[in-house]
Amino acid sequence: MNERFALDFEKPIIELEKKIEEMKIISGSSEIELEDDIARLEKKADKLKKDIYSSLTRWQRAQVARHPDRPYSLDYINRIMTDFVELHGDRAFADDPAIIAGLGKIEDRPVVLVAHQKGRGTKDKLYRNFGMPNPEGYRKANRLMQLAARFGRPIVSLIDTPGAYPGLGAEERGQAEAIAVNLMTMAKLPVPFIAFVIGEGGSGGALAIGIADRIFMFENSIYSVISPEGCASILYRDAAQAPKAAEAMKITAGDLHKLGLVDEVIEEPLGGAHRDPDAAAEAVKMTLIAALDELKNKPLDSLIPERQEKYFRIGQWEQVKT
Amino acid sequence: MAWFQKAKKSLSPKERSQVPDGLWIKCENCGEIIFRRELQKNHSVCQKCRFHFRIGSREYIELLIDEGSFREFNADLKSVDPLKFKDTKRYTERIQKAVKATGINDAIRTGVGLMNGRKIILGVMDFAFFGGSVGSVVGEKITQAAKRAKEGEYPFILVCASGGMRMQEGMFSLMQMAKTSCALADYSEKNLPFITLLTHPTTGGTTASFAMLGDIIVAEPGALIGFAGPRVIKQTIGQDLPPGFQRAEFLLQRGFIDFIEDRSKMKETLSKVLSNLCD
Ligand SMILES: [Zn+2]
Repeated sequence: MNERFALDFEKPIIELEKKIEEMKIISGSSEIELEDDIARLEKKADKLKKDIYSSLTRWQRAQVARHPDRPYSLDYINRIMTDFVELHGDRAFADDPAIIAGLGKIEDRPVVLVAHQKGRGTKDKLYRNFGMPNPEGYRKANRLMQLAARFGRPIVSLIDTPGAYPGLGAEERGQAEAIAVNLMTMAKLPVPFIAFVIGEGGSGGALAIGIADRIFMFENSIYSVISPEGCASILYRDAAQAPKAAEAMKITAGDLHKLGLVDEVIEEPLGGAHRDPDAAAEAVKMTLIAALDELKNKPLDSLIPERQEKYFRIGQWEQVKT
Repeated sequence: MAWFQKAKKSLSPKERSQVPDGLWIKCENCGEIIFRRELQKNHSVCQKCRFHFRIGSREYIELLIDEGSFREFNADLKSVDPLKFKDTKRYTERIQKAVKATGINDAIRTGVGLMNGRKIILGVMDFAFFGGSVGSVVGEKITQAAKRAKEGEYPFILVCASGGMRMQEGMFSLMQMAKTSCALADYSEKNLPFITLLTHPTTGGTTASFAMLGDIIVAEPGALIGFAGPRVIKQTIGQDLPPGFQRAEFLLQRGFIDFIEDRSKMKETLSKVLSNLCD
């Protein structure tokens, strides 16, 4: 078995899985009967995964959301979409590989897809800019949203970014303007919009493709107004306090569902999406299909106002004497 | 009209003086020693170098709105603590402190008033309150203001001064970007002008939502305007930022704002814009 990347709290699971693999090899190549032992260990591994994953801290969940083996958008696109054709460029400056946009079908349902894309391996990571879009990425997404509106195609958005890129060029080319324009566009899009947070929902850079009729989050995904590290470096003047910041900001799928900010939390394969990308993709597909079918026949004069109403209701305050 | 007769409250000294206390003030930019009363008379602008000192929301209302005509909305909305947020202090304590220090309940005032006789909806953010950060209350007040502007068919002017979203309200804050954008999308269907006036500083999610959604975007000279803060960018690229980066003049040159105007001429210029668009 290949050496896999393991988070600290995953190590006991990996150890046990290694042992099972070894026993399987021995069992296959000799006369020794190990099947009972293997079955027992597999059961033990399942229980261990369940125990560990049901009691993760918020910071540990953030690490799962950022796990280097976690499936990224293309891993899902390749598994759940047919006839996918990627479209490139913002028609003004460049193509941004940190955002994938294209046309395709999910079980014969034509959709327009926009998604963040992280890279795997050093070269690919740099190429994808670690999944941090520049303004041209958001403008490409906007172009496809407008296209979806004209051709009456629902939009599926997969969210997985540490945030919009905070670089010189990004500022110079109007990162803020690009995000703001997308928000305004999504507010009035005359087609169903479904967003699925598959990993990291990094602030405005995530929201820029995330004003949706339905918002789903994988159970080990996170969504936050600022990264735990960023929050910690401001509030505690120490990025190493990120675990504390993650607790304080309540960034997990479960938290946000409880607060009424996302529609549904989608269960991942035991031990996280990275342990079984096929099963994870199946969960994404089923979720999207159900939502697409539910929203398909919704008249526009209720689709758009209901989307907006959902956002108008967000916020908590009290009224005091002045 | 009842709201007309509401007398303007007199200003507490605390509210007025975002310019440091003392009889004489040294200009942060050119070092000129300025008589404090003189500075206040000139809308807190240095007469030698045109450096714009930061002013509060009430002063900005006085600058733009005809005397005695402003009626504030939703002044009674106050932040609660939806996440039970605590860092070195509780969020509720920080809010309490900000309310006491500024005399307002959150980082924006909104209302209706006359600008050279024209009725407008005005929102003015206040950096003195929690760095002008946007949480549930600011989001709701902007949303309400946009709705009233749409219903009454009034122009809507929003003066921005903000470090971005308020992390103590977590995702409730981030979602205010979506909420205010939905309200402004509704407003824009009416063919009424939404004008944003960006003052120092306007950054983060504020810029990446309503600040950049103006039909007309105006800035004060020298205002820092951007998405990421200079410190974060510097960390990312590992080098110092070029001089003037993210300043109003830089944004004008890059094509992201319509014009820069001196505070002393702001009311006249905005009135011209409205008369050209609306009359
Ligand atoms: Zn000066």
